Parts: sequence; C-alpha cells; structure tokens
Amino acid sequence: MSAQTPILETKDLRCVFTVRQGLFKAKKPLAAVNGVSLQVRKGEILGLVGESGCGKSTLAKILLGLQEPTAGALLIDGKPSSSFSRIDIARRVQPIFQDPFSSLNPRKTIGDIIALPLRVHKLARRDEIRPKVLEIMDLCGLSKRFYESYPNQLSGGQRQRVAIARALIMRPELVICDEPTSALDVSVQSQILNLLTDLQKELNLTYILISHNLAVVEHMATHVAVMYLGRLVEQAPTDELFRNPRHPYTRALLDSVLTPEPGMGVPDSQLGAAFPNPIDPPRGCTFHPRCPKAMDICKQAAPTPIVSGEGADYDMVECHLYGPQEARAA
Amino acid sequence: MSRILEVENLRVDIPLESGTLHAVRDISFHVDKGETLCIVGESGCGKSLTSLALMGLLPTKAIRTANRLTLGGRDLGTLNETQMADIRGSRMAMIFQEPMTSLNPAYTIGNQLAEAMLRHRKVNPNEARERAIYLLEKVGITAAASRLGQYPHQLSGGLRQRVMIAMALMCGPDLILADEPTTALDVTIQAQILHLLANLQKEFEMGLVLITHDLGIVARVAHRVAVMYAGQIVEEGTVEDIFRRPMHPYTQGLLRCIPIPGKTARGAHLGSIPGMVPSLIGDLKGCAFANRCPHAFSDCNTTDVALREASGGQRYRCLLSQEAAEQNAREAATA
Ligand SMILES: Nc1ncnc2c1ncn2[C@@H]1O[C@H](COP(=O)(O)OP(=O)(O)OP(=O)(O)O)[C@@H](O)[C@H]1O
Ligand SMILES: Nc1ncnc2c1ncn2[C@@H]1O[C@H](COP(=O)(O)OP(=O)(O)O)[C@@H](O)[C@H]1O
Ligand code: SF4
Ligand code: SF4
Ligand SMILES: [Mg+2]
Ligand SMILES: [Mg+2]
Repeated sequence: MSAQTPILETKDLRCVFTVRQGLFKAKKPLAAVNGVSLQVRKGEILGLVGESGCGKSTLAKILLGLQEPTAGALLIDGKPSSSFSRIDIARRVQPIFQDPFSSLNPRKTIGDIIALPLRVHKLARRDEIRPKVLEIMDLCGLSKRFYESYPNQLSGGQRQRVAIARALIMRPELVICDEPTSALDVSVQSQILNLLTDLQKELNLTYILISHNLAVVEHMATHVAVMYLGRLVEQAPTDELFRNPRHPYTRALLDSVLTPEPGMGVPDSQLGAAFPNPIDPPRGCTFHPRCPKAMDICKQAAPTPIVSGEGADYDMVECHLYGPQEARAA
Repeated sequence: MSRILEVENLRVDIPLESGTLHAVRDISFHVDKGETLCIVGESGCGKSLTSLALMGLLPTKAIRTANRLTLGGRDLGTLNETQMADIRGSRMAMIFQEPMTSLNPAYTIGNQLAEAMLRHRKVNPNEARERAIYLLEKVGITAAASRLGQYPHQLSGGLRQRVMIAMALMCGPDLILADEPTTALDVTIQAQILHLLANLQKEFEMGLVLITHDLGIVARVAHRVAVMYAGQIVEEGTVEDIFRRPMHPYTQGLLRCIPIPGKTARGAHLGSIPGMVPSLIGDLKGCAFANRCPHAFSDCNTTDVALREASGGQRYRCLLSQEAAEQNAREAATA
C-alpha cells in the first residue's frame, strides 16, 4: 500500500492573492493557501475540513487546474501537472461544487449540461453522446425523462445528481466534492451520500470531500486533513483523528459537533470568536490568539509539521505541543 | 409554570394564481417561561412562515388566522400594526438567519442597539448606551465600547449574529424567536452562539422558539420539540421522547438519515425518505406523509389524521397504534 504512487500529491503548495482592503489602501498579499503538502491514494476518501475562508475551495481549484498556484508542486500520478494537457487533467480530476443551483446553466437541458464536458473536449462522436449521457444518468439515479428537462424543473437533490453525473461522464479517477450536500435537506443529503458511496465502489473512485459537516466527514472519509488559515494543521486516518485529536484546533472542531444526543447541552469549545484577518495573520502559530493551550513560544515561532507513518497510516500535526520525540513515540 | 406563548389552530394561507397555498395548517403549540421549543422540519414545511406569523411580519398577500394567539395572556390577533410594532422588539424579538436582514448597514452598531431600546422604553441615550455595552459584553464581544462606533459590514458573520442577539435582548423580551440563527455559520461559531443563546435564555428566563432543520441542534438545545411536515405538526414531545421514542414515521425517517457517530458504520448506507413533499396548494386528503411512508396502508390515503396522544403526553399524527409506533420507534431512536 505504502509503495503505491499517490494519484495526487502536492508539495508546499502556495496561492497568494493581492487584495485591496479599502479604496485608498495599498494592495497587500493574502496567502489563501500557504504551504500545503498532501497525498491522495487510489480508493481513499480524504475529508478536508476547516472554517469558512481557510482556503479549502482555493486548494480545490488548484487541484482541478482552475487556479494557478503561486509556488509549490502539484503531481498527478507522480508527474508534474504541467506535463499534462487540460483534457488529461479533466479526464482524471473532476469537481462537484457546493451549490447545485448556481452551477447549472438554467437555459440548457439536463442532457446538454451532462454532455458538455464531452463536447468541450471532443471526446465522443455526436451519435455516442446520448447513450453515454443516459447511461450515466441511470447510474446517478436520474430518470430518462429528465433528459429534455431544465434545471428549474428539478428538485435540489435531483440537481445535485445532475452535477454528479456531469462530473462522472468524464470517467475521472478523482472527484473533488466541495460541500456536495450542504445546501440540501437531511433526507436528500443521505440519498446523495449513499449515491457517492455506491459510485465509489462501482467505478473505483477516489474522493476529496470538503465539508463543514464533521458527522458527514466521519461517516464517509478514510482520512481527514484539517485546515487553518491556509495550512494543514493535522492529518490522520479518520478513526485516529476522531478518537485522538491532537491539534487544539482539531479538538475545538470536534467539540463543536452537535451529535443528536438529547440532554448533552451545547459544549463550550473555549475558542475565541475572532477568525484572524488573513491579510495580517498573527505572528508565530497563526492559531495562538484563539488557542486555549498557547505557550510563549507560540507567539514567536511558527510550528513545523511533525510527520509519522506513511501511506494509509500517514499522519501529521503542526503544533508546538508535539515535539518530534512525542510524535515518534505516539 | 407560566405560559408565555399560546398558539391554537394557526393557519397561514397564501393565495396564488394556481389556487390557495396552505403553508401552515392548523398548528397549535405553547411555550413556557424559561423553555426552549424547537421547531424542526425540512425546507418548505412552513417553519419560517410560522415565526413570521407570530411576529406579524408575514408577506402582505399572506392571510393569518388563529383560534388563539396570545403572548403573556395578551391577544395578538386583535392588535393593530402600531400596537404590534410596539410588542415586537420589546416583548418579543426575532433573530434571523442572515443578520444583515435586520441590521442597517448605514448606522453604527451603537446607534442601532440604542435605537432598539429608545423606541420602546423610557430611558435616556446614556442609559441605552450603558445597556448596549453590558449586552455586547454578555454576548462575548470584547472591547464592547469600542465596537459601538463600528458598522455592521466591519464585523464577521459570527460577530454580527452576536450583535443581533444583543439587539434582541435590549428591551428584556419575554420571548425570542430564532429562525435558523446559526445555519450560515461555521460549526465552531455555531456551537458558541448556541451555547450563548442557551445560557442567556436560562439567565433571563425567556421563552425561546428555535427553528432549525438540524437535528443535532434540536437534541442539544430543546426542552420540547415540534416536528413539522407539509405545514402541520406531525409530532410533538419532550426532547428525550422525540429522540428516544420517535413515534411518527417521518420523525423516524429523519433520524435514520443522519450519520450517528458510533452507531452508523463508515460508508454504510444511510436511511432515506424517498419521494417528495405533496403540493401545499388545495386540500390534502388523508395523511400528508402517505406517499412517502414505509408503513402506509389503505386508510392512510383516505382518512384525515388527527394528533393522538401517547403515554407521557407525546403527540403524533398517525393512524398506527401506539404499540405499532413504539415498535418502529425502537430501531430509529438515536439515544
Ligand atoms: N480570487 C480571489 N481573490 C482574492 N482573495 C481570494 C480569492 N479567492 C479566495 N480568496 C480569499 O482566500 C481565502 C480562502 O478562500 P476560500 O474560498 O478558499 O475559502 P474556503 O475555505 O473554501 O471557505 P468556505 O468554507 O466559506 O467555502 C479567503 O480569505 C478568501 O477571501
Ligand atoms: N411569499 C411567499 N409567497 C408564496 N409562497 C410562499 C411565500 N413564502 C413562503 N411560501 C411557501 O410557503 C411554504 C412554507 O415556507 P417557509 O415557511 O418559508 O418554509 P421553511 O421555513 O420551513 O423552509 C413553502 O411551500 C413556500 O414555498
Ligand atoms: S502551536 Fe501553540 S498556539 Fe499553536 S496550536 Fe499549538 S499550542 Fe496552540
Ligand atoms: S397515517 Fe399512515 S401514512 Fe401517515 S404516517 Fe401514519 S402510517 Fe404513515
Ligand atoms: Mg469554499
Ligand atoms: Mg425558513
């Protein structure tokens, strides 16, 4: 397992935007992704979690080739992404976005929407398109009768199925799901999660699953990466992470999960409310103003990642509480 | 125990070209002092219109009727718009999902908080300012005095929601209506805001109606729960009863849909509720849930279903006997 080449790997990936805070203020750099290294292997489901604005979607866009990174490397099947053409990347990595309402063109039929990637990349003859689309619609639980329908005639769950079908028509290896169910009711969410599970088995897919909902991540993911202000602060196999969260931010995240157990009350995560300004991030560990465990060193020096294990057991934490010794012993 | 809010047979009808949409269909509930009632249900079931109906803030074309609608014994049904405006903000206040719907971007936080009080209470601006600072500190905003001069857009979503809560508390209301107050927020901020709301509610002994579609929130915050489906309350009971003995097939279905840590195996199929909510236009015949219910039988399509009472005061709208319902409840319970 550990010898297997990751189907996707990033090394110290960075993405810096320049933004203006006010009309007359000078432009300043904003590091939306600030040195991210991760690996995804075939068949895994990597859950990516973190607060709004921490850089999840920007990272996803880089992985999809939709956003040029400022620095760092993106490897696909062990080769630099620059050695692949757009079609080659699109054939391997496909997105399913957050909002099925705005990401579907309202003036196109469902059949056209799903077929679009085939047309753009000229991957099918005209007479092949319809059977291919119908096949993938069937796989995604969409009745044939929707082929000529328009998005506004479909429910939220059906539209999300269309978004999934559109991603899968390219037969990708890796699907990046950015909040695939957050706009949906629970009864529809469960159907979509079940569909994603079935498709993964059937088509041997790999997922990166971005979600605010930690119960969903715990249910689906094999591995979890926790992101804070542009950096991964902890990575571990799912069971490990939920049983033994190490980074104080991971702990706060898990403490904030409201499981449906009556009488437990709402926990106090002990986190300050202030999400730091990404244009002017705190010195040292960027989490220190909110960290209940912060020490003097945290205000001065940024912690470096402590890595142990490899392959499926890969884990990593970036926090001064864990010196290299402890991490190796653990 | 003193009763703050009493609602009997509340209806909200919206005339449309294609017929009348019965968005809220004869719902009845009550809230006591210091009590939290959660109204839970999926989108479109009528939760928001219920809260807007209580506040007298329905869209103009919507028609509200009720056999009884009282706040602290006072009949809200007979009040004119001026009297209602006086009650809003002073005796009952609302917290919306998106705080910017109630915060005015053109005025400072301080102005808006003070205004909320000056309008309803005989206080001078200084006293109003003092109270604003006191409440901003209460809701966990540091350097409260210096925030008074800030504008809403200068605050993060979580801070704005805290300001909204402070604003709702300015006049010391008896009842707070919160419609999905944390849906737009991160889980960490959500937990903080709910923690805060629950503490304030206890401290000031307010009644709280919290509307949400999130069963995790319901379990952790509610004293009592009303489950809505297609404009009706289909089940009502204490929070323990709802999660330990959900009697209605819809409540059972909802609980099966969510992954439960330690109970649902990783990647195992979650339960689902196939099918769609019936159209709310015109009358419903039989049980509104019949087309999606795994336990439906022929009577369900023809007989109108009344709320029935199970032991312990839990009420559920279903033709199944208590024994049969309890049987199904056992495997759906989360706790
Ligand atoms: N095109 C851009 N120009 C300037 N700043 C940007 C741009 N795109 C994103 N950002 C900033 O980069 C940071 C990360 O944004 P991103 O959308 O990746 O967050 P996210 O983790 O996906 O958040 P959410 O959970 O809300 O979807 C934010 O501070 C955002 O404002
Ligand atoms: N202004 C309106 N005009 C017409 N129909 C409306 C209006 N507001 C709400 N509805 C309808 O009333 C029903 C209940 O809506 P709402 O109370 O907003 O649901 P919820 O808050 O539970 O999601 C839905 O079918 C909705 O489409
Ligand atoms: S490095 Fe220090 S401030 Fe940062 S998370 Fe660890 S203990 Fe907290
Ligand atoms: S009345 Fe019938 S259809 Fe309705 S919930 Fe009960 S068993 Fe199901
Ligand atoms: Mg995003
Ligand atoms: Mg609503």
